[in-house]
Amino acid sequence: MSHHIVEVRNLRHVYSDGTVAIKDVSFIITHGESVGIIGANGAGKSTLLQHLNGSLEPTGGSIHIGHTPLSKGTLPDIRRTVGMVFQDPDDQLFMPTVFDDVAFGPLNLGFTPSDVEQRVTEVLELVGAGHLRDKPPYHLSGGEKRRVAIATVLSMSPDILVMDEPTNGIDPFARRQLIKLMKDFKHTRIVTSHDLDMVLELCGRVIVLHEGEVWADGTPLEIFGNSELLAQCRLEKPLSMQDCPICGAKRIPA
Amino acid sequence: MASIHNAVLDLKKLDLLANGNSTIHRLDARAKVLVTLVFTLCVVSYNRYELTALFPFFIFPIVIISLAGLPPLFILKKIALLCPFVLAVGIFNPVFDRTILLQLGPLGISGGWISFASILARSALTVGAAFILVGVTGFTAVCQALERLGMPQVFAVQLLFLYRYIFVLTEESGRASRARELRSCGKKGLEMSSFASMTGHLLLRTWQRAERIHMAMLARGFTGEFHASRTSCFGAPEIRFILIWTALFIFLRFQNVSLLLGSCITRLIQ
Repeated sequence: MSHHIVEVRNLRHVYSDGTVAIKDVSFIITHGESVGIIGANGAGKSTLLQHLNGSLEPTGGSIHIGHTPLSKGTLPDIRRTVGMVFQDPDDQLFMPTVFDDVAFGPLNLGFTPSDVEQRVTEVLELVGAGHLRDKPPYHLSGGEKRRVAIATVLSMSPDILVMDEPTNGIDPFARRQLIKLMKDFKHTRIVTSHDLDMVLELCGRVIVLHEGEVWADGTPLEIFGNSELLAQCRLEKPLSMQDCPICGAKRIPA
Repeated sequence: MASIHNAVLDLKKLDLLANGNSTIHRLDARAKVLVTLVFTLCVVSYNRYELTALFPFFIFPIVIISLAGLPPLFILKKIALLCPFVLAVGIFNPVFDRTILLQLGPLGISGGWISFASILARSALTVGAAFILVGVTGFTAVCQALERLGMPQVFAVQLLFLYRYIFVLTEESGRASRARELRSCGKKGLEMSSFASMTGHLLLRTWQRAERIHMAMLARGFTGEFHASRTSCFGAPEIRFILIWTALFIFLRFQNVSLLLGSCITRLIQ
């Protein structure tokens, strides 16, 4: 029995103003999988992610993390298992210095100060932010903030890593660094993004959400090869799968 | 909005000053907080017509600024920023309080003017001391020191959050205000009403952000307790720093040094 399985059964979420964000979503993600969740704006991606660590309560259906149902009692355990990287790093970095921020989770988990020190140093080195440790978060650039935000989650050694639009608003170089970093993770990874090229590069499986429902679930090549499906769901092929926009030359199939 | 932007830059500059490495910077934050507290208490405890006894207190900011290598002009400008508020507080004193307290030849100076000058001097001293404290310690360290001196953790955490999100909030309000300016085409017609709805929006957005931050905290195992991970030592230099300055302040508080100096000089001349 693996602890890294994410199972969503008939999930439904209705916001208090009556908006149905998720109608009926079911899927199982198994150990070590890297899954991209894509969809148009308002398709329910962020709402779905917020359910995975209990930030939102389902209106209907259930969520199991490693065969444990998500409920009030199991929440602390599940939040340690599922590491969530938020869309806006400014929401995630709230402590006075980078070190304090990365240490926040481990200290809450009750680690000893020397363990915390070691863990923080390791994780910051891993994301290439060791030199930033004493800086306040508001002095960092967008790409640096993003890497530190990932470090704050990694420091808690989660088994499942959930990231909401990780490449949003960062420059191409920082994006490349981030993709390389994420490729090295052995965790089960769940990523939402509009950066379809990143999804293509990083994910072995893609789930397409549309109007609160799963419209497709398959390998990236299957999904991105289905032009009709993509058009219905207000999506497009990743740039790297499109024909040359300048000379019109056909893409050479991989 | 340029002014808000500059104010934020100045805050950041004050923060960077705290990274210095002078003898004053290296002292434990608690010592500096305590000395500043005693200083402020001494300065505000005088009666409202006291002016001459306040002047010797300027030695504290002057000494700390020079020892810590802070840029004096920058601190002066920061203090000057607060002048309008101080003027608003004290400006009616000369109008209401017309009893002549001091006769300088033909010129009678009323109690109102003296208390006004006293308010100015006191605010310059206390505000200056607060800026210097942040400049040699850093806001975070000040909060942590206050907490370790017994301030409830809730307040310390509130202060830290306030400071952290000043930057985010001012950037957001700066952007909103620039967008409004660009579309108002130089007119001032809708100023008030658009300003009101903009403030409302900002409040709602702040609210949403607070909710997201809380979510981020919960996601990382927050249970209502903040763990400090910093250690610092309170040794001989700190005790010396506190003793010397506190003794000086108490001496200055009970002995009007300006008056003593004045009478000494008159006696010498005679």
